[in-house]
Amino acid sequence: MSPAILFLLALGLALAGWLAARARAWSFRRADPGVRMAARPTYHAWYVALWIALPMLLFGVVWTILAPNLVNQAVLASPAAADLPAFGFQRDTILSEARNVASGASSAVFNPEAQALVEPFREAMTRYAWIGIAVSLVLAFLGGAWSFLRLKPDFRARTRVERTVMTILLLASLVAILTTIGIVVSLVFETIRFFGMVNPLDFLFGLHWGPDPMSSPDNPDPTRYGAVPLFWGTIFIGAIIAMIVAIPLGLMSAIYLTQYAAPSMRRWVKPALEILAGVPTVVYGYFAALTIAPSIRDIAQFFGASNPSSESALAAGLVMGVMIIPFVSSMADDSIAAVPSAMRDGSLAMGATKSETIRKVLVPAALPGIVAGVMLAVSRAIGETMIVVMAASTAANLSANPLEAMTTVTVQIVAMLTGEGSFDHPATLSAFALGFVLFMVTLALNFIALRVVKRFREAYD
Amino acid sequence: MTDRTLPTRTPVFEKRLKQRYASERRFKALGLGAIVFSMLVLLFLLGTMTINGIGGFQRAELEVPIDFTEVGISGDAIQMEQGAAIQSLGAQGLQTVVEFYAAAALGEEAAAQLDANAWREVAREIIADESILRGTTTFELPASSDLAAGYAGEGSPEMRQLAGELSERGVLAKNFDPGFLTRADATNPQQVGIWGALKGSILTMLVTLALAFPIGVLAALYLEEYAPRNRWTDVIEVSINNLAAVPSIIFGLLGLAVFLWIFPNLRSAPLIGGMTLALMTMPVIVIAGRNAIKAVPPSIRDGALAIGASPVQLVFHHVLPLALPGILTGTIIGMARALGETAPLLMIGMRAFIATPPEGFTSPATVLPVQIFLWSDEVNRGFIERTSAAIIVLLLFLLLMNGLAIYLRNKFEKSW
Repeated sequence: MSPAILFLLALGLALAGWLAARARAWSFRRADPGVRMAARPTYHAWYVALWIALPMLLFGVVWTILAPNLVNQAVLASPAAADLPAFGFQRDTILSEARNVASGASSAVFNPEAQALVEPFREAMTRYAWIGIAVSLVLAFLGGAWSFLRLKPDFRARTRVERTVMTILLLASLVAILTTIGIVVSLVFETIRFFGMVNPLDFLFGLHWGPDPMSSPDNPDPTRYGAVPLFWGTIFIGAIIAMIVAIPLGLMSAIYLTQYAAPSMRRWVKPALEILAGVPTVVYGYFAALTIAPSIRDIAQFFGASNPSSESALAAGLVMGVMIIPFVSSMADDSIAAVPSAMRDGSLAMGATKSETIRKVLVPAALPGIVAGVMLAVSRAIGETMIVVMAASTAANLSANPLEAMTTVTVQIVAMLTGEGSFDHPATLSAFALGFVLFMVTLALNFIALRVVKRFREAYD
Repeated sequence: MTDRTLPTRTPVFEKRLKQRYASERRFKALGLGAIVFSMLVLLFLLGTMTINGIGGFQRAELEVPIDFTEVGISGDAIQMEQGAAIQSLGAQGLQTVVEFYAAAALGEEAAAQLDANAWREVAREIIADESILRGTTTFELPASSDLAAGYAGEGSPEMRQLAGELSERGVLAKNFDPGFLTRADATNPQQVGIWGALKGSILTMLVTLALAFPIGVLAALYLEEYAPRNRWTDVIEVSINNLAAVPSIIFGLLGLAVFLWIFPNLRSAPLIGGMTLALMTMPVIVIAGRNAIKAVPPSIRDGALAIGASPVQLVFHHVLPLALPGILTGTIIGMARALGETAPLLMIGMRAFIATPPEGFTSPATVLPVQIFLWSDEVNRGFIERTSAAIIVLLLFLLLMNGLAIYLRNKFEKSW
């Protein structure tokens, strides 16, 4: 049963219920023109429609998740499944092949064992599809009939409908909490599994990173899981090189745009900066890898650097800095604009030039906001993935030379999870531990930055 | 006038004033320099992509005249559906025919450098227009990627020489390749197209929109209009603000650990990709939506309440319609960001090589940014231009979406 069909069915039945209920509500009024209805007929209609559609849709969501498992169980219980290999990868392959053929996703099986399972699969799928449709129809009928019978002239349909609407609104805003919980739980769960195999201290303070996804998953070598080089690479690229580019350029362009530029120039430059912020990171990554990195290598070679890397930290950091410029600029713009104009006017009235006012009055007064903006920029830079995946290296390296290859936390997450390793291997699980560290660090940075901004705003209000 | 100066205007003062003005000019120039530098980088970035990308919409093609009156290929097959028709034409020896005429027109050496799938394009043209079988037609057929590299001045010396000779005779040229917009991924840069990835992107974005827009708008309405000021509301607000700042790759980890655990059979499906991106886009829509709702003046609310509207009627009949343009602008901007997003989709397995466009929300697919990433990893030099061309297509879509957002903002922006 395709979820789309169920969805359309729910909509159609709800529409039918809507029309029927409205007709019924109007009939109350026709039967007795003097009757005082507690709600307008449309609300009666919505009441019935909600009672039809919501149970069906809820059931549909649950069933879409449940049905494939039920189908699998039915197939495994069938006699044809008796001669399947007991466990493991091969069994899953055969099952998924048979399932694909039965659902029409592919035309023929590759494994002869799968052929015998196609029929049981097809049968089970049809059976459960019909069960699903039948149950949802019964639910729709029950909900519709029950709510329809409750319609009366003095039935407070509007209150009921509005209470449901409020519940839906509340549920929608709870999705954000659920997502946060989902992130934390999935990261923590896998991280704990990883720390069961590798000591957290070895992970957080070890100096050598080189997990081997092909090694035996039991007894991993803890000396290969030291994440300090990754942390250093992340900080070096995202918080040092990128910020050396982004802070001066972003701050200066914000100052020029707010204090010097004519409105006509502002009108053109601001959208252009927004374009710079809107370019997808994969494009920046391609630009860094194809254009910037080779030229940096050539320049370094020209100046006599011995054997510079074509995946240098400098290339990734520079391009990342350019990406962050609009971000720093708009944060600085906001905090400079928040400084009361009396301070600026006072300084100018004392005879200070514009630049003196900016440097000695506006920027110091706006500093908390600017610092918070920089913190947000850093948190964005260290979480940035595609630029470093494409332009930085995968080899961990603890070095302060920007021309050397370095790797970052995000590069390793991608490398560990897109490789061939199995899901239970400590190398794969280490990606979740790295993700957890990244999540906590960006969370802390954002939290502190938002606090600073809030306190700073209050200081001038 | 006499040159009487004020007593404070001593030479020392004059000198200092000059210095201060000079530093003022320097500071201003620095600010302008920062802006000019950013603009130059932007221009350079777009310029390199455009220059490289124009070549990506073209491909090296060989001119091969084929006289079908001399070969006995029957047109019966053309009535069949396309795949079978091509197979039938192939069974009738179309490939040999194409190779024979290529050898006759270009010479053995050049004919060997015809793309192995060139005859399929002939077959497609025959299916589109049967009258080709009754006369002589000159086809522009793709050259092999080796010859294409030679034509571009790269690759082996023999290929460069051969390409030079052929282009002098006027039978090898770069032509606009409309197929780039209609084909899917392939291993050979001469045969790749972006329709597969584009369709994957569109399907993924539809899922994202269908989930993130209603949830985001409803959550924004709740938080702005109804939520009581208590700790729960604070928790919701804090988590929305934090989600907006969480690195996108973390959402990929969530999708991998949760969505792929619930739906293990839907690896690299647009459905899962769209759900993952929806979680990422939802906070953006909530924040934009709250700002738009906040901008609706209180007098509207008071007026509606005064004539007896219930709180729900007030919001759905008055506040939401007025805030909708602002919400839509925020939604489009959030969607544009989701369209350019790569990292979370890599996590949930959308990086597989997929040679056919996805058929639905549950079939394996790739998306445009991931396609760009995959092509950028290819060793074959022919992919560089193709990658840039794909980037141009992606940027055009983003430009279109942002332009629409700006248009909406300007058209419906009201100052109350």
